Amino acid sequence: MADFETPTLKGFIDTPAIQPGVMAHSKPYVAAPDHQEALGFPGELVDNWQEKAIDKFGDMLTNSRALQVYMDSCVKCGACTDKCHYFLGTGDPKNMPVARQDLMRKVYRRYFTFTGKYMPWLVGAEDLTEDVLDDWYSYFHQCSQCRRCSVYCPYGIDTAEVSMAAREIMDHVGKGQKYCNEIIGKVHVIGNNLGLPEKALKATLEDLEEEIEEDTGVAVKIPLNQQGADVLLITPSADFFAEPHVDSLIGYAKVFHASETSWTLSSYASEAANFAMFIGSNAQMKEICERIRKAAEDLGVKRIVVGECGHAWRVAYNFWNTLAGPFDFLDPNYPVPQHICEFTYDLIQDGKLEFDKSENDHMTLTFHDSCNVARASRMGDDPGGQFKYPREIIKAVCNNFVDMAADTIHENTFCCGGGGGLLTDDLMEIRVKGAQPRMEALNRVVEDHGVTHMAAICAICKTQFSKVMPMYGFSMDKIVGVHQLLSNAILLDNGNNEEQDAVPENSETPREGIENE
Amino acid sequence: MATVFAILLYAAAAVLVVGVALKIRQYSRTPAPLKIPTTPAPTTTGGVVFRLFREVAFFESLFKASKWTWMFGYLFHAGLLLVILRHFRYFTDPVWGWVALIQPFGIYAGFAMVIGLGGLMVRRITVDRVRYISGPSDYLMLVLLAAVGLSGLGMKYVVSTDIIQLKAFALGLVYFDWQPLPDSPLLLIHLGLVATLLFIFPFSKLLHAPGVFFSPTRNQVDNPREKRHLAAWQKAAVTRPGGD
Repeated sequence: MADFETPTLKGFIDTPAIQPGVMAHSKPYVAAPDHQEALGFPGELVDNWQEKAIDKFGDMLTNSRALQVYMDSCVKCGACTDKCHYFLGTGDPKNMPVARQDLMRKVYRRYFTFTGKYMPWLVGAEDLTEDVLDDWYSYFHQCSQCRRCSVYCPYGIDTAEVSMAAREIMDHVGKGQKYCNEIIGKVHVIGNNLGLPEKALKATLEDLEEEIEEDTGVAVKIPLNQQGADVLLITPSADFFAEPHVDSLIGYAKVFHASETSWTLSSYASEAANFAMFIGSNAQMKEICERIRKAAEDLGVKRIVVGECGHAWRVAYNFWNTLAGPFDFLDPNYPVPQHICEFTYDLIQDGKLEFDKSENDHMTLTFHDSCNVARASRMGDDPGGQFKYPREIIKAVCNNFVDMAADTIHENTFCCGGGGGLLTDDLMEIRVKGAQPRMEALNRVVEDHGVTHMAAICAICKTQFSKVMPMYGFSMDKIVGVHQLLSNAILLDNGNNEEQDAVPENSETPREGIENE
Repeated sequence: MATVFAILLYAAAAVLVVGVALKIRQYSRTPAPLKIPTTPAPTTTGGVVFRLFREVAFFESLFKASKWTWMFGYLFHAGLLLVILRHFRYFTDPVWGWVALIQPFGIYAGFAMVIGLGGLMVRRITVDRVRYISGPSDYLMLVLLAAVGLSGLGMKYVVSTDIIQLKAFALGLVYFDWQPLPDSPLLLIHLGLVATLLFIFPFSKLLHAPGVFFSPTRNQVDNPREKRHLAAWQKAAVTRPGGD
């Protein structure tokens, strides 16, 4: 990891002057031959990589309308140039969405357009040289596929589609990214990103059950592989033990308990995340989706609910039906799939859950909209439900809630800096710098409204913020999950909320349970 | 000279029409394998039509992105539209009522168009981010469009042309009954530039015009849970029953 300085917060989100090349050194580790071959990709860069890359590119142009239209349509208007958090945080002009796309577009023009073939100088067409491939590897791994640029583009050009396509091409010539490809291999073999086998998962869940019972005096269960349960919960594997993720898992369990819903986790499909989306591989993505379908069929469940995870919700909401559907064996009275926030929100609306909101009085909350939830999915029946549902849950369980500035939330939200397959230590510099716009927006409400904590519904956001917030001077436990807040306040059957002892005065920490015991 | 320009303009129009038609065919035949609307997105087809209408008529997304670019871009595009409509008077006899009605506005539109282009050029040169992404073709396109506008305005305000004869020439093109062109260098420049513009349209970034209608982030309905989305090639490959 290169040495770098964490940006200092200025009190506003500033558009930097361009500084060409300042992030050219940022590159993730290249996937080892084993990780490549496990996914059917060549182990290392093939000899005729240039020819193969162009073939693959041509193939993808005929199979993706988005890619074809986006390669043609950009007019270089500049609308997107100040929208990417990685550009705002680094000033490297190749992190401007249009310039990132142009790394691919200049190759498109050279090999696939009349003007680029005969007048390359006129339209900036370039051969796919080793330098260009190097730039691809560097800058297509500085895109978190958050789609913020696509909101502002007059043609809806989505850089996420372009960076996914570039990564797919690189995988096919043997230059894959270690972090994503290794993880996808684990899901195929073991069923989750962490490589956590059934036995270990079972033990972890039993420990959690004990801890909940110690805290609350109520036997809240976290069932695994329970045949014939009504609901299969598919949640990111980070929820099984990472902090603060696990507190939201406890929250889901309490909601299921309080609503007397029969539910289960699956060890075969113990992962909501689908990193195949990040590498642009529909084939890999389908394989992971099919695991979930199989688990649901084998367990004989009636519904599938998805836990707090941003890109997983995009895949589940938008792609499951296409890639692994139709899910006609499930109960048609419920949406397939259903987000845990939809599940909980409906129960709250029906008055089925009771809370003691004062349990969260030591906190003032704000909410970080995760990119894939905000710009690539929906909750409920109405557009924008994905903004309303999590906020309504927070307001139902907390007395103090303040939103961040309007141009940093909802569909304008800034990425945490770690999405899109960048949540790896070898990309720490770009992760920290990319978090700057969100940190500025957070700092504003901390100073103006005394906000103490930020809630999110994404495993990647939670991990990323726990890591980078301390570098900006916030403590790592300032990032919380929505169902973690609910877990603090929900009243279970003994009429008590989970903690007998009140949180100490002036305490900053919202978390109870496993860490404090 | 009239014959040369008649052939040139026919050829340019043919390249434009065939080129854009081929592109539209390519876009419509390329499958969109997955649902990728940028949300919040409309949940009905009517909603999508309205979203695209707002995008095309008001440049809604650009307005959110940059007020300056929006203002100059809108001035140019709206101006160009009115100017084109105003030119219908050369191709219709008698002139259609609404074409006669917009004549005075068309003149202002000519200025708006050129001012818009000027603003876009200044922005392209002065904003470091936009300068970085600009290549020769980006500048030349603005220059070409501005030259079309200025040569047109030049005939109105500087060196006027015999528009009676011009109209005869234009109608001649429509009815394949070629007539002589007025003897005006500015007119020849104007027509030459317009022909150039039509020629390059299908090979340049001007394809954003048909492209916006085919952009999946804008033209897809947000209903993946309610209706299974399958592209044509997937339908053939699907082994499980159901779906549409």
